[in-house]
Amino acid sequence: MPADLADRTADATPAPIDETEALEAGLDVLDAPTRTTGPRARRVLARVAPPVIAAAVLLLAWQVLVSSGLKPSYALPSPSAVWASLVEQLQSNAAQRSIVGSLRRAAVGFTISIILGTLLGIVLSRFRLIRRGIGPLVTGMQSLPSVAWVPAAILWFGLTDAAVYAVVLLGSVPSIANGLLAGIDHAPPSYRRVARVLGAGTLAELRWVTLPAALPAYLAGLRQGWAFAWRSLMAAELIAYSPQLGPGLGQLLDTGRELSDMPLVLASILLILFVGIGVEALIFGPVERRLVRTRGLAGG
Amino acid sequence: MSLTTTIDPSAEPVLVPTSGAAPGSVATSPASPAVTLRGVTKTFDPAQGPVIEDLSLEVAKGELVAVLGASGCGKSTLLGLVAGLDRPTSGQIVTPGGRPALMFQDASLFPWLTARGNVELALRLRRGEARRNRNDRRAEADRWLDLVRLGLHADKRPHEMSGGMRQRVALARALAQGADLLLMDEPFAALDAITRDVLHEELGRIRAETGLTVLFVTHNVREAVRLGDRVVLLASRPGRIVREWTVPIPHPRRIESPAVGALAVEITEQLRQEIRRHAR
Repeated sequence: MPADLADRTADATPAPIDETEALEAGLDVLDAPTRTTGPRARRVLARVAPPVIAAAVLLLAWQVLVSSGLKPSYALPSPSAVWASLVEQLQSNAAQRSIVGSLRRAAVGFTISIILGTLLGIVLSRFRLIRRGIGPLVTGMQSLPSVAWVPAAILWFGLTDAAVYAVVLLGSVPSIANGLLAGIDHAPPSYRRVARVLGAGTLAELRWVTLPAALPAYLAGLRQGWAFAWRSLMAAELIAYSPQLGPGLGQLLDTGRELSDMPLVLASILLILFVGIGVEALIFGPVERRLVRTRGLAGG
Repeated sequence: MSLTTTIDPSAEPVLVPTSGAAPGSVATSPASPAVTLRGVTKTFDPAQGPVIEDLSLEVAKGELVAVLGASGCGKSTLLGLVAGLDRPTSGQIVTPGGRPALMFQDASLFPWLTARGNVELALRLRRGEARRNRNDRRAEADRWLDLVRLGLHADKRPHEMSGGMRQRVALARALAQGADLLLMDEPFAALDAITRDVLHEELGRIRAETGLTVLFVTHNVREAVRLGDRVVLLASRPGRIVREWTVPIPHPRRIESPAVGALAVEITEQLRQEIRRHAR
């Protein structure tokens, strides 16, 4: 309407409030970042296809190597021989018992590691003097192969689960503590200021700001801690072989060595590898993807 | 401005977040101020001299005072002192309404929380806040987000929002602190012109609705004139009040209006003079 138009052009004062509201809503739509995702089937395919193809290529290379006859078959069995051994172990339930035994020990050891590593990380981040004192030691421990502790652990605890846990803890606690420490160190200093402005005390700041801010690096530390725990556990099981300890993947591997049963040795190695991949795919992978998505971090 | 209370920095805390009049009462204006600074000096490194020197300022309840200055005038230091993040070397700062809220140039939202989560955290950490029902807190957070017109975006995370939206969440979070005084440290400096203009209108509307007192620091002269009831110009190194203008232009104002422009020209000239003093 012409009258309406004249009204608006003559109006030198600010736009009426509903117009501002519309302007603001428009800006919100235009300026907000948009996320583009492909169809779900395609995303799943893009995630699953590359590792499947890589595994197929490795399998093929293995078979070619066996067919070439470079090594005798007792030293390098064919994929089908290893598969047969794997099926045999599964049918006799030996594989399942070993996996359950090892996973149980890993879960207990890793849980204790998480508790101790987290507490150690918090203590190191809060007390500068303690950090100066034992920080280098904790970092140095990460480069010390935890297998080195096996003889000592056996002498201290005998051939028991305690010896195995000691080795697992010494392997994974430093990684977890250092991961948390890195996360706390690298959190933007503005978070601390905001926490103080909002009135957070020491504990509230730790609970609501410091720890959530440190989560990505903490998760990386947990992941590395898990890898070290699993490796340490296998080393301990392999060396500390005893009926007292019950079944485990390390023991299965050692059985293969004693019997000079190369297919069993390789089958055990594959089982150890699969458990490692499984934990990564079922636990750490999804947690990290969720973290990356909710925080808008770059990530694959 | 001549009245300076020098105190021993190692003694009692200088920020007195109590209600009522300040100890050692100095004559106050009839409308009791939301914040009073008396002879505030801040020195970080004695070799470099004070960053802020003998600064006295009073902000009345409901007033918006814009503090202007070039780089190095200690604007952010000043807000840090008023917010209680740091203590003055000497002088006194009284905030009768308790701990002020503070908004930064970057929204400083926590990226692991949604818009609502960020506001809820402020409610959770509020001083003297009794353990409250989760639903109550959520409802209150939603009310603050409605006030900045982000009710529909409460579940968004900071990275899913534009800079202007993030700054509005930061404003909602600051308001949710329940403080009488809001300190704003160049809150709109990183935004594009249109968004900034819209947020100026938003701030005006929210002030009209809530009677909020604001101490607003900026280096943008037009912004200071557009928003301020008073504009205070600070000198650089050390930060000291050079001049003060009461802005007579009635609200609502527009940034491009001739009256705002004219006063901005006058203040800019004074600011330039102040900067020229530092040339060797």
